[in-house]
Amino acid sequence: MGQVFGRVLAKLWGGDKEIRILILGLDGAGKTTILYRLQIGEVITTVPTIGFNVETLTYKNLKFNVWDLGGQTSIRPYWRCYYANTAAVIFVVDATDRERINTSKEELTEMLNEEELAESALLVFANKQDQPGAMTAPEVSEALGLVGMKDRSWSIVACSAIEGEGLTEGLDWLVEVIKEEQM
Amino acid sequence: MSYKKNEDLDSGPGGSVMDKMTVFQDCIAGFNSSPIQPRRCRGLLTKLAYLLSTGDTFARDESTTLFFSITKLFQHKDIALRQMVYLVIKELAQNADDVIMVTSSIMKDTTVSSDVVYRPNAIRTLARIIDASTIQAIERLMKTAIVDKHPIVSSASLVSSYHLLPVSRDVVRRWTNETQETVLAQKMFPQYGGGISGPTPSFTTQYHALGLLYQLRSHDRMALVKMIQQFSGASGSLKSPAAVVMLIRFVARVIDEDRNLRRPMYALLEGWLKHKSDMVNFEAAKTILEMKDVTDEEAFPAINVLQLFLSSPRFVSRFSAIRILNRFAMVRPQNVNVCNIDIESLINDSNRSIATYAITTLLKTGNEASVDRLMKQISGFMNDISDEFKIIVVDAIRSLCLKFPAKQASMLSFLSGVLRDEGGYEFKRAVIEAMFDMIKFVPESKQDALSYLCEFIEDCEFTKLAVRVLHLLGEEGPSTPQPTKYIRYIYNRVVLENSIVRAAAVTALSKFSVIEDEAVQESVKVLLRRCLDDPDDEVRDRAAMALRLATVPIPVAKGYLAPDAVPSLGVLEQQLILYVTGGPDAASVAFDISTVPFLTKDQVDADNFRAKVSSTMPSIGSSLDSGAESGAKGSRASPAGGLHEDSTQAYAAALAKIPELQVFGAVVRSSAAVALTESETEYGVTCVKHLYKAHLVLQFDIDNTLKDTVLEDVSVIASPSEDFFEEQFIITLPKLGPESQGTVYVAFTRPEGEYETASFTNTLHFISKELDPSTGVPDDTGYEDEYQIEDLELGVGDFLVPTYVGNFQHMWDQLPYEASETYGLEGVSSLSDACASVIESLSLQPLEGSELPLQAATHVLKLFGRTVQGGKVSALVRMAYSVKSGVTLKITAKSEEEVVAPLVAAAIA
Repeated sequence: MGQVFGRVLAKLWGGDKEIRILILGLDGAGKTTILYRLQIGEVITTVPTIGFNVETLTYKNLKFNVWDLGGQTSIRPYWRCYYANTAAVIFVVDATDRERINTSKEELTEMLNEEELAESALLVFANKQDQPGAMTAPEVSEALGLVGMKDRSWSIVACSAIEGEGLTEGLDWLVEVIKEEQM
Repeated sequence: MSYKKNEDLDSGPGGSVMDKMTVFQDCIAGFNSSPIQPRRCRGLLTKLAYLLSTGDTFARDESTTLFFSITKLFQHKDIALRQMVYLVIKELAQNADDVIMVTSSIMKDTTVSSDVVYRPNAIRTLARIIDASTIQAIERLMKTAIVDKHPIVSSASLVSSYHLLPVSRDVVRRWTNETQETVLAQKMFPQYGGGISGPTPSFTTQYHALGLLYQLRSHDRMALVKMIQQFSGASGSLKSPAAVVMLIRFVARVIDEDRNLRRPMYALLEGWLKHKSDMVNFEAAKTILEMKDVTDEEAFPAINVLQLFLSSPRFVSRFSAIRILNRFAMVRPQNVNVCNIDIESLINDSNRSIATYAITTLLKTGNEASVDRLMKQISGFMNDISDEFKIIVVDAIRSLCLKFPAKQASMLSFLSGVLRDEGGYEFKRAVIEAMFDMIKFVPESKQDALSYLCEFIEDCEFTKLAVRVLHLLGEEGPSTPQPTKYIRYIYNRVVLENSIVRAAAVTALSKFSVIEDEAVQESVKVLLRRCLDDPDDEVRDRAAMALRLATVPIPVAKGYLAPDAVPSLGVLEQQLILYVTGGPDAASVAFDISTVPFLTKDQVDADNFRAKVSSTMPSIGSSLDSGAESGAKGSRASPAGGLHEDSTQAYAAALAKIPELQVFGAVVRSSAAVALTESETEYGVTCVKHLYKAHLVLQFDIDNTLKDTVLEDVSVIASPSEDFFEEQFIITLPKLGPESQGTVYVAFTRPEGEYETASFTNTLHFISKELDPSTGVPDDTGYEDEYQIEDLELGVGDFLVPTYVGNFQHMWDQLPYEASETYGLEGVSSLSDACASVIESLSLQPLEGSELPLQAATHVLKLFGRTVQGGKVSALVRMAYSVKSGVTLKITAKSEEEVVAPLVAAAIA
C-alpha cells in the first residue's frame, strides 16, 4: 500500500526521474565515506578514489544518483566531465584542514563559475566535526566566501561522517530545495 | 532493435549502414541521457565495438569523449550493460586519454562475489587502464582474484597479469606464490560437471597460471628447472594437457641451454610419451626429435610412439605423426626407416595432406630402388593436391636429385610432367628451381632439362620465370653440343613476348655469338639486327651492345658476355649504397670497383650448392622463443656455417685498410672465427687465421665484457710450435673501453707454397685500469696483467677451400697422388657426428649428399676442394660404427700436388 502511495507521490514530483548529485571536494575530505554512510548507513574503509564512485540512493521517496568524484589534484580536472544535468553539488570540506581551506575555496569558486552548474543547488558539509580543533560551520562559510552568494540556493552544515551527525540535516535541506524547484 | 536481421555484413549490427560519426553522436547522446536506457545503450555499445573491431578508429579526443560518456553508464546496475561497458572500455583504453578515471569503479566491481558474471570482465579491463604509478593500488586485489575459487575469475586475473608484465614486472613478480598455488589448485571448469550441451570440463586455469609462472621465472634457469621438476612429478599435478604441452616446451628450452640437464630432462620427455593425451605425446616426441644431436637410442622411443599413431583412425593424429617424422627424416633418414611399412600404407590415405607427407618422407628414407615406384605413385595424385603440397613434393624431389643423381631421368620426366600441369607462380617457380639445380649439379641431365625448359617458355604466363629460363639458356646453351637448337626457342620469345622477356631473350641470344662457329655467329648477328627495330628502348640497347661485341675478338667479347668471375653481389650492393649515400664528397670521385671482390664460377657454384643443401634442411629449434632463436642463429651462421668465401671477403675489406698488411698482397684464405676462451669469461677472444702468399696473419678479436675496467696497450703474444713461422710485428690495441670490442693483429712469415701446420700458444697482455664508478674516468695507475687463452691450431683445413664439382668419380680418377690413413674414434657416438667433424677439420665440400649418413653402421663420405695454391684435392672417407669401438674411419686422399694427399690423410690425427 505504501509502495503504491509512494509511486503516486513520485509521479507528482516528476516521475521516476533520478536526481543527479555530485559530491566534490579536496582529497581526504571524506566524500566516499559520506557517500556510503548515506547509502548503506555504515562507515567503510576507503582508499583514495582514483576516478569516481557512483551509487543510487533513495531518500524521502526521491531517487538520487550520487557521483562521488576523486579529489586528488590529478583527478580534479575531470570533474567538469560530470557537471551536466546536475541538480545539486555537495561540497565536502575537511574542517580540520585549515591550511588548505584556501585551495578549497579556489576549487569551489572555479566550479561554481561553470555554466553547466548555474542551476544547481550547493550544500557544503564542514566535515570531521568529531576531531578536535575543527572549524565551525560559520568559520568555514566565512573562509569559503559563501556569505555573499546571492544567485544560488546554498547551505552549510557541520557534520561528522564517522559519527553520522549532520548528514541527514544536510540532506533534508537538499530535498526541500529540489522539491521546491520541481514543483 | 533486432540483432538478427543482419543480412549484409557491411551494414553492421542493427541493419543500418553504420557511419562512424553517426554512431559517435548517438553514443554521446545515449550515454548522457537520464535515466539510462540499458537496452538502447547496449545496442549503441555493440555498434561501437563492431566499428572498433573492424578497424575503425576514433581520433584521440573523440575516443576520450566517448570514454567519459561511457563512464556515466556505471550508474546503472544492469549486468549485461556492465559487461558491454567493459568490453568497449578495453578497446578504447588504447586510444583514449585519462582512462584512469574508471579505476575506482572497476576496483569495486572486481571485489564483488565470484558469481557475478562481469567480475572477470572488470579484472581484464583493469589491467588495460592501469599504469605503473597506480599498479600498487590493485596489487592486493589481483592476488585475491588469482586464488579465487572460481576458475574464470582466476583465469581472467592470470591473463591480465600477463598484460601487466610490461607495465611493472617487479610488482607482478610478487604474485608468484599465488600463481603457483593456482597451478596446484586444479580448478575445473565448468565446476559442476556441465550439462549435456555444456563444454567438457577443462583445467585451462592451470595453463594460464603455468604460462605466467614461466614469464616470471624465465630469466632464472634454476627456478625454471625447479618448476619443471615440481610440476612434472608423479603426482600428475597438471591436469590440463595444454599446460603439459607448455611444460614440454620449457623442457625443450632447458635442454637447449644446458647440456648437463639433458639426461634428467630427457627422462621426463620419455615419460610423457606415455601420457594419456595425444597432444602431449606429440609434443614430447617432437621435442625429443628436435634435440640437438639426438642419439639413436634417444630417438627410438619417440619414433616408436609416432609409428603407432600412423595407424590411428583419427586424421589429425596421423597427420601430426607423419609431419613430425617427415621433419626428422630430413636430417636423419636412417632412423625413420623402421616406419617405412606403416608410411607406405599412408600413401593411399584419403587425406591428401597425409599422403603427401607420407610420400615425401619415403623419398627421404627410401633407397635408390624405390624411387621409381614412389614417383609413379605421386604422379597419380599430383592433380588432387593443393599448390602448397605440390611444392613440398617438388622440394622433396629436388633434394632427391642431388642425392641420387643416377635417378635423374625419371625425376626429370616427372618434373617436366608437373610443369605442364595447372599451377600458380610459387609452384611453377619451385619446379623451375628444381630443374635449374639438376642442370647445375647433375650434369648428365643438362640436355634433357634444357629442352623441357625451352618447351616451358613457349607457353609461360609468368614473366619472371621466362626471364630466368632465358638467362639460363644463355648461360648453358652455348656450351652444349647443339647450341643452334636453343637459338630458335630464344628468338621465338623476341617475336612473341612482352618487352621484359624480349630484353632477356636478346641478352641470351648475344651469348651465342661467342661460339667458335662462323655460321652460328652470322645467324645470331642477323637475328640481333632485327631486334634493332624493336619498339622498346631496353631491347634495342641490348641488341646494339650485342652487335658491337660481335665485331670484337671473341676472347674480349667473352669478358663481357660470359665473364669468368663476377663481382660478389652482396658486397657490390653494399659498396654502392655507401657510395650513393656518401654525399657530395664521395660522388666527386668515381666508384672504385676494385673494392669489390670477384668470385669465380666455381666459388659461386659451391656457395649455391651449400645454400641449397642447407635450405632443404629443417631448422631445428624449439618454437618457444623462436624470435631470439633465429636471431642467434643468424649471427652464429657465419662462423659456423663454413662459408669460407664469404668470410674471406668480409675480412678482406677490413684487412685492406691496414697499411702494414697491404705489403703482403691479397688474402688467400680466411678461416672461420675460432673461440679461444669460454663464453662468459671476463675477456672473450676469437681468432681468425688469414693466409697470405708468404705470410700468416692472426686476427684476435677481443671483447672486454667488464663494466668498470679499461684495457690499455693490448697485445697478444702468440708463439708458434714450429720455427717456420717467424713473427714480423704485432699491431696492438692502444685502448679497449669497458664492454667494447677491439682487434689485435699478429703477423708471421710462412714458407711460401708449403703447407706447414703448427699450433700457437697465446697470451693476452694488457694494462688494466679501473674506472672510478662515480665519474667514469679511469685511474691513472693501472697494473700490467696477462691472461692465458687457449691454443690455436693451424691445420691442413686452413689451406683448403671447399669447392663444388659435379662428377666426383671422374675427378677422383684423374688425381695422381694418393695416400691413406685409418683411425679409430672412440668418443664419437654416431656417423653423423663423425661426418660433421671430418668436414669441419678438413674444410672440404661434401658431395652427392654424402654428409648425411643413410645407415647407422657404415657410410662413405665424399669430399672435394682446392688448396690455397689452386690444386685439386679430394678425399674418400669410409667409416663404420659399432657401439663397442665407436667410429672407425679410413681416409683416402688424392691430390694434384704431391705433398697434399698425405697431409690430408693425416689431418685428423
